[in-house]
Amino acid sequence: MTMIGEENKNEKKNFDTELFCDAVPKEVPRINGIIQKFYDWAQANSLWILAFGTGCGSIEMRPLYTARYDISRFGMAPRPTPRQSNLFIISGYASVKTLKRIVRSYEQMQNPKFVMGLGSCTVNGGMYWDSYNTINRLDHYIPVDTYVAGCMPRPEALIAGFEDLKKRIKEGRAEGANEYAKNFEWYKANQKKVIKDWDMPDYNW
Amino acid sequence: MEEMIERIKLKFNAKDINRQKATLVFFSVEKKDLEACVLYMKEFEGYSNLTMISATDWIETGTFGLTYHLHNYKNRTDVGIKTYIDRKNPSMVSINTLWAGARVFERELKEMFGIDFPGCPRVDDPFALEGWDNLPPMRKDFDTVKYSEETYFPRPGRSTKDNVTQMEEKLYAVEAEVKKGIAKTVRKNK
Amino acid sequence: MKAIWNETKEYDLTSGKYVKIWQGPQHPGVTGNMSLELLLEGDEIKWLKTHVGYLHRGFEKLMERRKFINCFPIVCRICVPEPDTNEYLFAAATEELAGIEIPERAKWIRALNLEMARLGATIMGLGGQSGSFGLGTIGQWAVAHRDFLLDSFEELTGGRIYHMYIIPGGVRYDLPEGFEGRLEKTLVKIEKLISDIDKVLFNNAVFKSRAKGLGIIPKDWIEPFGITGSTARGSGVNYDVRKDHPYLIYDQLDFEPNVGTDGDVYARTEVRREEALLSIRLIRQILARMPKVGPVRTRIPDIMHWKIPAGETYVKAESGRGEYGYYMVTDGTEYPRRVHVKGASYTHAMALLEKLAEGVTNADIFGLMVSLQTCPPEIER
Repeated sequence: MTMIGEENKNEKKNFDTELFCDAVPKEVPRINGIIQKFYDWAQANSLWILAFGTGCGSIEMRPLYTARYDISRFGMAPRPTPRQSNLFIISGYASVKTLKRIVRSYEQMQNPKFVMGLGSCTVNGGMYWDSYNTINRLDHYIPVDTYVAGCMPRPEALIAGFEDLKKRIKEGRAEGANEYAKNFEWYKANQKKVIKDWDMPDYNW
Repeated sequence: MEEMIERIKLKFNAKDINRQKATLVFFSVEKKDLEACVLYMKEFEGYSNLTMISATDWIETGTFGLTYHLHNYKNRTDVGIKTYIDRKNPSMVSINTLWAGARVFERELKEMFGIDFPGCPRVDDPFALEGWDNLPPMRKDFDTVKYSEETYFPRPGRSTKDNVTQMEEKLYAVEAEVKKGIAKTVRKNK
Repeated sequence: MKAIWNETKEYDLTSGKYVKIWQGPQHPGVTGNMSLELLLEGDEIKWLKTHVGYLHRGFEKLMERRKFINCFPIVCRICVPEPDTNEYLFAAATEELAGIEIPERAKWIRALNLEMARLGATIMGLGGQSGSFGLGTIGQWAVAHRDFLLDSFEELTGGRIYHMYIIPGGVRYDLPEGFEGRLEKTLVKIEKLISDIDKVLFNNAVFKSRAKGLGIIPKDWIEPFGITGSTARGSGVNYDVRKDHPYLIYDQLDFEPNVGTDGDVYARTEVRREEALLSIRLIRQILARMPKVGPVRTRIPDIMHWKIPAGETYVKAESGRGEYGYYMVTDGTEYPRRVHVKGASYTHAMALLEKLAEGVTNADIFGLMVSLQTCPPEIER
């Protein structure tokens, strides 16, 4: 099996900047007053989930979408692409290889965006705290707005987590995307410490 | 099965014969005989299915133990053919021409133990890890706790309880009390 | 063997004839978390390469530094849809090496647990299979009905997904009172679901026209690729570990595994449907024939410092996806020396899928992938 024209993998890639923008993210300041309140209310009630099963927690997401727990009651729905979704559920442990894809998917999501860490593994590594391939603390790599603990958390726990997230959004405390923009250098340094073969642009959306 | 073991003993000088179950036998052959032995088992003894290839790190003796698990669909028996290779410069002959599935196993062993299989297609491709620059992780001298603590920002406050005391206190509280009492009395009488 | 693999083909990417795309891991069609690298000519796949490792946690390394009893909470996480096979196999390997006999009733309860897990995984697989061809309704039904089964699991073991119910020496608790009757109600519901699936899936013109003739596995590929389980039975090879190497009490049950003929996706789905019915029959047989009273576990003295004498063994069991094997080496200490897990879909998802995908259209690749029952966490562990 030979492929002609495939670029050499060892060479540093020249990214085609026509396809994406690599400007670092900027903070979006909050406006005071009733308009911001309206924004918060609207954002809290239209959470669309990115359907990316990053870990074993994704098996409890399927009951969540289907008849019994029926997440559509709360105005939520799974979306297949990061461009259409604003809630990223990191369902369980993230291995280094997945973390790279998580970072990329997170950066491709558009503001306002929120992250929910599902399971004990995202809090402190959980069962795999001593593993050589899974990260311990998710909040060192991407900002996390709320955690749902447990291994694995029941769908009811997830629904409670959504309620908590909504409350935080309405209070104006779910400012993960702004945190990411503010501490961009720190997050990037952490990500690059773990992801050894960094072959993507620093920011892409 | 007994006759097969006798034949293997004669032909390949098989040692360490371990009749684990009625349907399972382990034996070890020399490294140079392994490919011939596997081929013989496949072609003449009917062990036509390669279940898996696994490796064990025997760091005390400086060897890797390779085990080739074969299965016979006809008389429903399994064999594990073992061989030992040098740990310093691990290299083994590839059997991907005998079984197509072997290429996956060999690729995994290359990554996890650093055992080389020259001639196996795509053996150098990373299997599960990406950008790994340390020792092969399944080797015994690779310390996964140390690596994890150095790399992955452990959250402070994780306390480890000894399982024995934890279980005694939680499940067998009375017994633990009695045990403590006895120890106390013994100490007193000393 | 050389006829199966053709390594001499050349694809000129600069010619503009071929397109190389990636599907997954962030893709709703992929089972679990893995990605496919596809080379397309028009809509037809010319070449495929699977990339796994997104779920690698280093289980085998972690087990080497945990005591035997500490390994039990870990092993069930190797396979998410059907964790009990892992627990059983780890328990069986340790018991065999330590020379422990488990009570008769514990064997029956273990078999009951395994069959329930298989039933849940099978109906979810049926839902996934139809979902991958765009028939999402059955996926909704299947997941909802699996939840009834998860309720039974919760009642029996205390956990919905991960049970940690099978422990060395037997099982953790006896059956709760009145459990048989409540389980029977769930089974009736699932039987009703399967008769519905017959109407909506197997008589569906879309499913028939797409699944028939897709991904045909010839009979003579079974041995070189090491195909087992329902994938092999769909191609007409009657190989079932429960029948051929009876473990637990499977030699006291009356059953005959179902075998297909065509070896395509449709045949594999049909075999899987029969498998769900077989599991229901087996659960009923087990409940009727099991001893009604008796101990459910042998006590192992000093289980926290349980030392297993040096030895090695290979145990296997039939999971919903095929033969599942554990190779365990012990050296007389409190820790296992080496545990190697042979996941059922290990070669299915890698070597076999890469081979079968040639010539399949891009839209059908996920139907093919689900029909091989790939389960990424057991491939990379």
